Amino acid sequence: MTTKSVARCGMLTALAMIFGYVEALIPFPVGIPGMKLGLPNIIIVLALYTLPVYQAFLIQMMRIVLTAFLFGNLSMMLYSLAGGLFSLLVMVLLKKKEWLSIAGVSIAGGVSHNIGQLAVAVLVVQNLKIAFYLPALLIAGLVTGGLIGMLVYKIKPLIQ
Amino acid sequence: MRIFCKKDLAVILLVVLAAAVSGLAVSYCQKSEGDTIRIMIDGVLYGEYSLAQNQTVTMEEVLGYNRLVIENGSAYMAEADCADRYCMAYKPISKSGETIICLPHRLVVEVAGDRESQLPDVIVP
Repeated sequence: MTTKSVARCGMLTALAMIFGYVEALIPFPVGIPGMKLGLPNIIIVLALYTLPVYQAFLIQMMRIVLTAFLFGNLSMMLYSLAGGLFSLLVMVLLKKKEWLSIAGVSIAGGVSHNIGQLAVAVLVVQNLKIAFYLPALLIAGLVTGGLIGMLVYKIKPLIQ
Repeated sequence: MRIFCKKDLAVILLVVLAAAVSGLAVSYCQKSEGDTIRIMIDGVLYGEYSLAQNQTVTMEEVLGYNRLVIENGSAYMAEADCADRYCMAYKPISKSGETIICLPHRLVVEVAGDRESQLPDVIVP
């Protein structure tokens, strides 16, 4: 890793954390707690398409761990890790296959993020009833993932 | 390269289909008003309370404090000392199968029972 890429990863991590903070300030009242816009994923998807995969992974890991230590707690880190790493894995695999556009990959990432978090939630409280939120979370992942994919599609040519 | 390609549509359709199927399954599972509130902490039953009766349930467990209010046939989380307070953001629950979840305290409040099934099917005059 060159000094330049270390600096770039650090900057993008900071930016992703700021996005996460801004997102927490925006109320998103839909009756389902925990539903978020996923603004930090702009950075992750962007990193996935402009940087090597391991750097996108590093940014995602640092963002989640640092955000949880600064603003949250350990249980929050567990959910974020489950969602964040699962969605990154899905996006890396789909991007490699080159079937989908950026928006398609981002949608798959958003949906798998929600599935990962829900799966951990079911395991932690040991109650399958939470899966009742699956339909709403699937649609939410679709919408937010699609929006973020479109944003990245517009941003990517500008920074390259 | 356009924003969306054809295979993206397949993904979108797949997600919508999955949401529709799971949505149907959910609506099949929770069709009517429930009659009891069941509280589970860490997967273990904590207590059962009637929805018909206005009452306040406080839970002071190792993981933290929660206060649930049952009022006019529905229940909501009035107070909690968990980290995210998401449990207090839930809408009041009353239908069988609906839940309020406090993840940091590993607490699940769910509506059980079926108010309608306890009524007689047919009343013969």
